[in-house]
Amino acid sequence: MGRLKNIFTTRWGIIGVGGLIGVLAALLQKLGNPGNMGICVACFERDIAGAIGIHRAAVVQYMRPEIIGFVMGSLVAAYIFKEFRPRTGSAPIVRFVLGVFAMIGSLVFLGCPWRAMLRLAAGDGNAIFALLGLIGGIWIGTLFLKSGYNLGRVQKTYVSAGWLLPLTMLGFLVLMLIFPHIEGQGKSGVLFYSLKGPGAMHASLIISLAVGLAIGFIAQRSRFCTMGAFRDLILFRQVHLLSGVIALVITAFIVNLIVGQFHPGFASQPVAHTMQIWNFGGMVLSGLAFSLAGGCPGRQLFLAGEGDGDAAIFVLGMIVGAGFAHNFGLASSPKGVGPHGIAAVIIGLTVCLFIGFTMRKRIS
Amino acid sequence: MSIIVDAGGLSCPQPVLMTLNKIKEIKKGEIIVKVDTDTSKENVSRAAKSQGWEIADVQENEGGYQLTIKKE
Repeated sequence: MGRLKNIFTTRWGIIGVGGLIGVLAALLQKLGNPGNMGICVACFERDIAGAIGIHRAAVVQYMRPEIIGFVMGSLVAAYIFKEFRPRTGSAPIVRFVLGVFAMIGSLVFLGCPWRAMLRLAAGDGNAIFALLGLIGGIWIGTLFLKSGYNLGRVQKTYVSAGWLLPLTMLGFLVLMLIFPHIEGQGKSGVLFYSLKGPGAMHASLIISLAVGLAIGFIAQRSRFCTMGAFRDLILFRQVHLLSGVIALVITAFIVNLIVGQFHPGFASQPVAHTMQIWNFGGMVLSGLAFSLAGGCPGRQLFLAGEGDGDAAIFVLGMIVGAGFAHNFGLASSPKGVGPHGIAAVIIGLTVCLFIGFTMRKRIS
Repeated sequence: MSIIVDAGGLSCPQPVLMTLNKIKEIKKGEIIVKVDTDTSKENVSRAAKSQGWEIADVQENEGGYQLTIKKE
């Protein structure tokens, strides 16, 4: 599979992958996913946190099959191409904490980098401030990287350890099949479901799962990463990953135009607020956290699928972070930032700076 | 005797940063870079080529890959 193996890592490979993600994400909205949220890794992990009751925000509870598909699609690709390498031990607790604050920052903005791109592609001007924040956060991260920041080496581990997050995701899927949503009911067995709001808006299980699997597969092959796109540009003047992200925005924009989902403006955008300082600030926090952890929320899922236990810990950190975000009133809503959202961003930035400044070591 | 950059167990961008630092330091010659994932192998190769270095050899071993990069 030598030739096939490298197709996705070429310039046109990554552009094709980004472009396809843009098309699929925009179509998922048409098929039922929330506005400008065809795929939002942070929002969907937050919905999963709601589905299993880690938070009880009634409007954001749904076991998003896209997330399950991302991990399982990556796992399948990693096995087919012999890239499943179970590994862990590179400062897991730090990765957990970074995951928590990455989620909190995303929920102050109301979207992760993936959704920032999709919001932009649908005409939501607020996303411009978020993207500037994302780039700013990543830029701070690159300063730490240049001065020796790293979380240390991983170690090989048991194959079964690499399987733990994929198995957790499979377990979530099984729960969803055992306890499907019952019309008009907010709970089915152990799972919570939203009756209104973004959590009640979703494409069918089979479509969401199929799209998730497809994206998980091609993203594992191409190493698609929305944080790495900007990091590599700042750090190495490389546009490889960025070309994939730009392709995503362009194709999502085109599909949005075709299906009538393009609505330029700032006010009344779906699941968005107009407090620009905090759209910016939330994403500075997220961008920095993703940068310090070495991958955007999507990339962390794909890495977890190929056996990276530290990425799996980051994912769990994000899911728990969603619990903090909603239980503590940190998450924003269309009305604006939550009562303690601003404090959380400041604390989060302080924690990330603490991590960045204190975990620097020249590796010989 | 080649210069060795041991980036085994480190995730990107560390292998690339370490390789580029070494490239800046020695300007030309031969460097052996040890990495443990396909992603790191690709990223180091891409970065080395962008600096005008060639990938002289790639060997797969149990722990990952050993890349030999060269500039005359």
